Amino acid sequence: MSDLLEAPAAPPDRVRPTRSWGAALGLLPFVGYLLVFLGGPLYFVISGALSDPDGRPTLANLVASVSAPQYRAAFLSSVLLSAVTAVIGAVFGAFLAQAVLTARPDSPLRRIVSTASGVLAYFGGVPLAFAFIAALGQTGLATVFLRSVGVDLYASGFRIDSLTGLGLTYVYFQVPLMVILITPALEGLLPQWREAAENLGASAWSYWRHVALPVLAPALGGATLVLFGNAFAAYATALALTSGSIPLLPTAIASALSGNVLADQQNVGLALGFDMVVVIAVVMVGYLVLQRRAARWSAR
Amino acid sequence: MRGRRWRVVVLTLAALYFLVPLLSAAEFSLRTPGGGYGFGNYLAIVRDEVLFTSLLTSLQIAVFTAVLVLALVVPTAVWVRLRFPAVAGLLESATILPIVVPPVVMAAGIAFVQANLGGPVFRTLFASSTTALTPFYVVLALPFAYRAVDNGLAAIPLRTLVEAARNLGASTATALVRVVLPTIRSAVLGAAFLTLALVLGEIVIARILLYTDTFPIAVVEVGRSAAGVSVALSLASLLFTWVLLMAVSFAGGRRSRKASS
Repeated sequence: MSDLLEAPAAPPDRVRPTRSWGAALGLLPFVGYLLVFLGGPLYFVISGALSDPDGRPTLANLVASVSAPQYRAAFLSSVLLSAVTAVIGAVFGAFLAQAVLTARPDSPLRRIVSTASGVLAYFGGVPLAFAFIAALGQTGLATVFLRSVGVDLYASGFRIDSLTGLGLTYVYFQVPLMVILITPALEGLLPQWREAAENLGASAWSYWRHVALPVLAPALGGATLVLFGNAFAAYATALALTSGSIPLLPTAIASALSGNVLADQQNVGLALGFDMVVVIAVVMVGYLVLQRRAARWSAR
Repeated sequence: MRGRRWRVVVLTLAALYFLVPLLSAAEFSLRTPGGGYGFGNYLAIVRDEVLFTSLLTSLQIAVFTAVLVLALVVPTAVWVRLRFPAVAGLLESATILPIVVPPVVMAAGIAFVQANLGGPVFRTLFASSTTALTPFYVVLALPFAYRAVDNGLAAIPLRTLVEAARNLGASTATALVRVVLPTIRSAVLGAAFLTLALVLGEIVIARILLYTDTFPIAVVEVGRSAAGVSVALSLASLLFTWVLLMAVSFAGGRRSRKASS
């Protein structure tokens, strides 16, 4: 009681939500940290991309980064790799998430899938690269097995350090990320909707076609965009798997930055980074728009 | 029963796709030069001094990163839920940002600072791999840590707990540390172990900034001469993190079942 008397300015309802700017102060450490340690590097990428080695402003780096043939090839294969693995990962991940959700909430299957999703989605790809070499490399276990049953991958032109092999490896972290991203939306589908549809005579297919998929569409689209950005940004797998033999945008940036090319290539490397940020920013705006639409149905 | 069949197909495909590479890696890592099987590749972590030191370095980075991440995320997530729900959606979207900001671009920006800016602040920052990498690994870890902690907070009656603690005379900080934190223990541990996964897998920033004494870099390097050791150690670090997360998940589940019955 005495505590309450000593603090008259602190009635029990002081933890009521507000929209005041005072409440915004509580976000300062978090936002400030992101501004310094994420915004800082981004600032130097952008300012470096827009200036020559002597610090004078120029657009030459940006022009070079989109017009030079080797960079254009890297850009195209990065976009292709990201788009294909995002779509495959999104479709398969959505099916997997739904298959797992129909199991009981505390079943081992759900725990295994959800924890494995976390580890695989965030490990960054080094173990994945090695695992895929062990499975599908020239002398990999799966390669040898397939050859023994008459399917010779390498005779038909497959290589693990090709764009196809890299894509196959990327899907390994795209699917778990999709499971993480889409599970909340799938959980948001109310059983009443299905019951109402069934009472009106809908088959399982027409329930999905006319009720569930339209509701899920923004969430599915948003998650696919995040997957695209995730693959577009990823570099660890490619670095461990190919050590730079496939022209990807991150590979081009890394080699432009490292001293083994001309000194003024550094600014072109930063310009390539700037290009990447622009692509990601467009993707993020799309994601935010879709996220807003998805929130319409999550009145929980 | 058509519904059952697609589930079986999807789960079988997933099991094949996800297990074959892992099992192949396990088989490869157990091969010995003589042609038999053994644990020789795994023992490299204690035999090879470079690998062992790199593991200690990376674990140190992981601990600092996890502490910083939790110190940033837990108060912010609690604050947003209690005082500022208007920005909840915005902040959740903002936490997606570091997932898609390319580590290679971050590294490019940091490398520019490293090469061109001097001064005592930057000299201290870039003095060792721990001081140089930790702040940026925190940024990479923030998105999923925020999600994990926020999911944990969604599952508890946060407002009631904090108001009850405050009515009993606790300060907000005390309520946070002694009431909220223990109730979201499994979410906090989950966030910490995912941070560990990230630190044990990150090679892009470390490579570009030339901090080559971290564990994942050492694992990739050793692969040039001893592929088996690389595969063994990367598989071990993956499984180790997974087992930690599974333990947290099962422990958390058992407690919540007990609480609800």
